[in-house]
Amino acid sequence: MIQKEGQVRIPSGCAISGIINKKGKRFSGADIIKSIALMHERSNGLGGGFAAYGIYPKYKEHFALHIFFDCREARAKAEEYINIYFDVETAGIIPTDKTSNIKKSPCIWRYFAVPSHIKLEEARMAEPELTHEEYVTRHVIHMNSEAFPGAYIFSSGKNMGAFKAVGYPEDVGEFYRLEDYKGYLWTAHGRFPTNTPGWWGGAHPFTLLDWSIVHNGEISSYDANRRYVEMFGYDCALQTDTEVITYLFDLLVRKHGLTLEAAADVIAAPMWKAIENMPEEKREYYTALRSVYSSALVNGPFSIILGFDGGLMALNDRLKLRSLIAAEKDDTLYLASEESAIRRIAPELDSLWPVEGGKPVIVRVEGE
Amino acid sequence: MRYYAPEFMVYRDEERCIACGACARQCSNKVHIIDEEKGKLRAEEENCVNCQRCVALCPTNALHIRHNPNELRLNYNWTQKAVKEVEKQALSGGVLLSAMGNPANHPSYFDRILLNASQVTNPSIDPLREPMETRVYLGRKPSKLEFNADGTLKEKLPPQVELDIPIMISAMSFGSISLNAQKSLARAAEECNTLFNTGEGGMHRDLIGYKNRAVIQVASGRFGVNKEYLNNGRIIEIKIGQGAKPGIGGHVPGEKVNEDVSQARTIPKGTDAISPAPHHDIYSIEDLRQLIYSLKEATDYKKPVSVKIAAVHNVAAIASGCVRAGADILVIDGYKGGTGAAPTRLLENVGIPIELALASVDQRLRDESIRHQVSIVCTGSIHNSADVVKAIALGADAVYIASAVLIAMGCHMCRTCHTGLCNWGIATQREDLTRRLNPDIYAERVANLLKAWNHEIQEMLGGMGINAIESLKGNRLMLRGIGLSETELRILGIKHAGE
Repeated sequence: MIQKEGQVRIPSGCAISGIINKKGKRFSGADIIKSIALMHERSNGLGGGFAAYGIYPKYKEHFALHIFFDCREARAKAEEYINIYFDVETAGIIPTDKTSNIKKSPCIWRYFAVPSHIKLEEARMAEPELTHEEYVTRHVIHMNSEAFPGAYIFSSGKNMGAFKAVGYPEDVGEFYRLEDYKGYLWTAHGRFPTNTPGWWGGAHPFTLLDWSIVHNGEISSYDANRRYVEMFGYDCALQTDTEVITYLFDLLVRKHGLTLEAAADVIAAPMWKAIENMPEEKREYYTALRSVYSSALVNGPFSIILGFDGGLMALNDRLKLRSLIAAEKDDTLYLASEESAIRRIAPELDSLWPVEGGKPVIVRVEGE
Repeated sequence: MRYYAPEFMVYRDEERCIACGACARQCSNKVHIIDEEKGKLRAEEENCVNCQRCVALCPTNALHIRHNPNELRLNYNWTQKAVKEVEKQALSGGVLLSAMGNPANHPSYFDRILLNASQVTNPSIDPLREPMETRVYLGRKPSKLEFNADGTLKEKLPPQVELDIPIMISAMSFGSISLNAQKSLARAAEECNTLFNTGEGGMHRDLIGYKNRAVIQVASGRFGVNKEYLNNGRIIEIKIGQGAKPGIGGHVPGEKVNEDVSQARTIPKGTDAISPAPHHDIYSIEDLRQLIYSLKEATDYKKPVSVKIAAVHNVAAIASGCVRAGADILVIDGYKGGTGAAPTRLLENVGIPIELALASVDQRLRDESIRHQVSIVCTGSIHNSADVVKAIALGADAVYIASAVLIAMGCHMCRTCHTGLCNWGIATQREDLTRRLNPDIYAERVANLLKAWNHEIQEMLGGMGINAIESLKGNRLMLRGIGLSETELRILGIKHAGE
């Protein structure tokens, strides 16, 4: 039997793309679909997906849980759990286009919810510092473990959502009717896994809370990174690079309070030779980061676009072993694995440059 | 009267021998005798330990040493070794002694682990063209870093020791080995920006110049331990146990305690230097904490304190206790580790393989979420650079090696260090023998070895698509077992080849 993500580690190549409006102006998913569609050859039809920010302004205080259900029983069991641990404001099936090329769809639901007041207070008896985010994280990780077969939460942030499926990304975009949504930040992913039965949960982006990651690469530090984050309560159930990189960012930024820049300095750290040549203060900073967070260094080829509430970060491995191009036009920043995927939607650009190895490109929406 | 034939036969090609007598002059065991009358050499073979000194120095290659082909009646139960040992003890009434590591034909887990390499889906990295980092920082790490608004650290890091290569030279005391041998090691450590280890014999004044590259040991005998000594190293290592002889201390016979050794150890000349089996101020884990903090107090919290334990059955729980007691670095020594002298029965029977001990300690500390706070160094029969890579992938930060550097200095593994007659000038204090070991030459050979291994480590890392050694640490997905049982794979935390 072919194993799915979580039972086996599946390497894959990919295409990624991202668009952000720095002023926070919202726009439809049409452009991002066009951009990722151009890189059709970089995917093989076994996974595509999108993340969109700013799409649920009406429920922006609620965690939007997007869930795949294999069957009615799985949904009943999951909903029973959700109704205990969350207060659900509203819920429903995520609208899809049944005429698209995407077939064999699971049931796809979304729930706008906040932690159950009672359960949160109960948990805070033992842990007074417990935040909403940490509460949600734990329940998402628990529900995605083997305890809930047939249910998989693939998106759990506020005012954002992931949309993914088995298929080519442009078909996935059409399937989810992304042209009907408006967001200030979109990322997209087309996947070229080397072997997979095509499980919807295994498609990308991978998300946790507001974090979403689209990633092209195959990291060679996977198990070192996995075993490190698992010490801090994460469960790398999918065994994918994207999942472990998401957890690394969540650990470093949300839990340890590092800035995004510092997290990038950990994940794609400068070489020791470069650190040696820095002025004293910087040397001390980088030496501390690298020696304390040595197991969070991500090695091997990767190019990622990390989306978060109010911005994005693009990061390449320190040797620049994967392509990633950035470009600007007016208030919009574009990112893609290939320049052509940017030119397809913005032929005239103010500037264009390759993202440098180990040097993050960070964009924060003004006023956020 | 002895009951057994000599273990080795000395073959001398009479055609080639020019009776120069070099062999006789070189042999401290008095094997080669010049027969003045016949103008020829003969051999007292029962004295031979097969150290290969005469063979290496014979100018006409006239000599070779072989195992005595004489055989007892074939018996798979009472082997020749078993019979001989009984005979020896019947003659002497004593405890059998051995040196170096366990010679028994036990499985090597390192040899049954295979490494990964990149193909197609990610690129391998060429260390000749791209940076390939093998730097390691040993010492306690906080769980997280906190910064002030200006980007400076809120709290200074605990003391860290930087190594350019993940290989250190393990503890060999002055007394068990010669000063020239120690000097060679110290210089090599300096050359390669790594550390050597004084062992438990104190520190000779000639080594103080290398104090920045020294690990100084505090063992149960407390030889030479005073405030100055503690401050003469980068790391202070509390030696609780040794893989070759867990559960007992050491013994340097009075004959080896000459003027210099007596000074370094601060004991009277000619007296036996006996390390008690336990530290008599550590009868429990809370006592260890007190010693760790006493040593930190004495050195102003400027040096990491390491705790070295032998790999025994419940090593994982002990290791966890040591970390919680305040150890900054944990050293685990496997049962095949070397020694200058140990009772044969202990050497061959006590302790567990380093690979299994390391894997279970690393996993235990992770299960307790404290692995990242401490550095793990493993030792005990690391044969080559591939063993280093496998050890790091199983979970070590760095390794210690000792037998390999002795071989680099001329040791031929005759395993008779305890006699004090080492013809290579290593495990002896006899001046005529120690001066055979020129630190200028042997420091370079040891450094060559370390550099060669590091090159090989870089090649293997590059093949795996890794360009910094920290990305290998605990990266067990890079390992596969071959011919291992489910239980062995589970303990090692690796998959079988083909999976």
